[in-house]
Amino acid sequence: MTAVLIKGAKLYGEGDPVDVLIENGVLARIGTGIEAAEAAEDTEVIEAAGQVLLPGFVDLHTHLREPGREDAETIATGSAAAALGGYTAVFAMANTDPVADNAVIVDHVWRRGQEVGLVDVHPVGAVTVGLKGEKLAELGTMAKSRARVRVFSDDGLCVADPLLMRRALEYSTALDVVIAQHAEEPRLTVGAQAHEGEQSARLGYTGWPASAEESIVARDCLLAKHAGARLHVCHVSTSGTTDILRWAKDRGTKVSAEVTPHHLLLTDERLSTYDPINKVNPPLRTGGDAEKLRAALAEGVIDCVATDHAPHAVQDKDCEWSAARPGMLGLQTALSIVAETMVKTGLLDWRGVARVMSERPAEIGNLPDHGRPLAEGEPANLALVDPDAEWTVRGAELASIAGNTPYEGMRLPGVVTATVLRGRITSREGKIQ
Amino acid sequence: MKHLLATEGLDPALATAVLDTADELKHTLLGREVRKLPTLRGRTVITLFYENSTRTRVSFEIAGKWMSADVINVSASSSSVNKGESLRDTALTLAAAGADCVIVRHPASGAAHRLSGWLAEAGTAVVNAGDGTHEHPTQALLDAATLRERLGGIEGRRIAIVGDVLHSRVARSNIHLLASLGAEVVLVAPPTLLPPGVESLPVTVCHELDAELPAVDAVMLLRVQAERMVGGFFPSAREYSIAYGLNENRLKLMPEHAVVLHPGPMLRGMEISSAVADSPASAITEQVRNGVHVRMAVLYHLLAGEGEAA
Repeated sequence: MTAVLIKGAKLYGEGDPVDVLIENGVLARIGTGIEAAEAAEDTEVIEAAGQVLLPGFVDLHTHLREPGREDAETIATGSAAAALGGYTAVFAMANTDPVADNAVIVDHVWRRGQEVGLVDVHPVGAVTVGLKGEKLAELGTMAKSRARVRVFSDDGLCVADPLLMRRALEYSTALDVVIAQHAEEPRLTVGAQAHEGEQSARLGYTGWPASAEESIVARDCLLAKHAGARLHVCHVSTSGTTDILRWAKDRGTKVSAEVTPHHLLLTDERLSTYDPINKVNPPLRTGGDAEKLRAALAEGVIDCVATDHAPHAVQDKDCEWSAARPGMLGLQTALSIVAETMVKTGLLDWRGVARVMSERPAEIGNLPDHGRPLAEGEPANLALVDPDAEWTVRGAELASIAGNTPYEGMRLPGVVTATVLRGRITSREGKIQ
Repeated sequence: MKHLLATEGLDPALATAVLDTADELKHTLLGREVRKLPTLRGRTVITLFYENSTRTRVSFEIAGKWMSADVINVSASSSSVNKGESLRDTALTLAAAGADCVIVRHPASGAAHRLSGWLAEAGTAVVNAGDGTHEHPTQALLDAATLRERLGGIEGRRIAIVGDVLHSRVARSNIHLLASLGAEVVLVAPPTLLPPGVESLPVTVCHELDAELPAVDAVMLLRVQAERMVGGFFPSAREYSIAYGLNENRLKLMPEHAVVLHPGPMLRGMEISSAVADSPASAITEQVRNGVHVRMAVLYHLLAGEGEAA
């Protein structure tokens, strides 16, 4: 295996620049003045002066669309987007066609991810058969399959039946897995199109009230505490949910939560264009919500950032709002949105970014080799970031097959210059390797 | 004017100009044996309706024909849902076939906005004839024309909009147009039929119809759709009618000069009693009549450019 030498980067953006020598998939040496000559002959050298070295990012929430919608994304193209975005592990949601509710599908997704080899693709298993919310899927079989599923979710749909959710949480405790809930009370969101508030009143959209999320989060926190189970809350979008999470964590509930980059940056002010590029579930909320989400992420009440990367074909977005599918691309823009909303604002330093984009999601997803400290002997899963560089987002230039980015034309700070997976460079200077 | 998509943000001077043109057209045609003007000869106007409608479609069709435009009616099923041709492709097809103006009604809020974007290159004008629960701007213009006629003006007048505001595109268009023309708008409805966030609109809100009636210059009733009655928005048709129905007793609470409007179709005995609908206070048939002139005026401003209307 080729050795890699990263020269002059600051670990977590802190202290003096150091050189990092990567051999045999691990961080072999960290120090100053390491020369390529000291390593193997074919050592690849990355000059990284002024750059920040972080553990490779882990995304608890992506949609890679394979199997079923390979016209929008495949495991190969989604893996490329992940590698270019600094990710070394992603969790692929179960709402594919067919649904990943059995060992055959999850094994297929895991195996395809390993064949592509750009990022570890961990399949998320469905909680209920066919995402129908009626009957538990075979969680145990999936957990023990080759894919070793550690996260289960019906994401896209809520496990709305409280008894079924209770059983899923109880059952999960024997498997050491986490149930990730898409918190949306379906009776409160019939026909919902946009955040219920001033914009929906004005624009004539059926509202998606904050309480539809908060009531499920509160209920599930109570159920998880009762069952002694681990609960993960997907894409927290309201300020009220952060209050509930703080309360639940204070009383010892094993609950974790994620926020998406788009909920940190974008608001429902965007809706007046009627362009469904801004349609997402849960919907873009108010500026006040975004502010509270940022504060909760900084404080640790929200544990991590997850992209909810959701590619959609052109015809599913270039239509009238209510006919459009919800979701937006996220893997290649996540770091930059976090830099814009959290680092530039002083809410997080780069060590904090490592926490919310790598360490915490790896813990929640139970990945022992990701989100590790930058120390000698640790696995070489890394993201190298140029904090001072900027770039302009162009949907057509992103690695995903679909191009539905809400950041089209925006200039954003923070460029991922290299990603390393188990010692192998997967992306460098915006190119897949 | 390039398109007419909404009354929100519509320049009040332009709205007034359209209303003035409508008046002018009305007087020009009054008493004429042949009600036809040559103004839009050679222009092609297509009505594209994804929802059932009789009055609005007929009104636009007559408006176009009285202006000598070629009017073609297209009824479409909601195709994106049925996996048929997309709205975008249908619109591009109509533009390519030579439409100068597409008048669209669609169940999705914002559909007319989207259409105007897709047709920007073709230069086809778009008129919103009702998009979901968003807006229905020509209805608001014809209501304004009727109010001007009856009340002598709109500025400073107090207008109550009563009923299902939540699901009403007529209400949204009227709120913005009337407010921009200087009227005070008060919404009267049970809380379940008001959109959360209503406080951001230029209105006051009241749940008590009787309290508002003595001070109004006009009452605009909204249709209560049958599906709302089973949707749990209020307990029963009877209770709604008792609280918000406009009957003869309530009519007596209103000032003598006050007008009653209804966009139709009416549910007699529900939101309005027959006696009120047929009373001198009712301007309901005038609304329909003015609708044709207002839509002629809209087509004129969109398609005829500068110059005299008649």
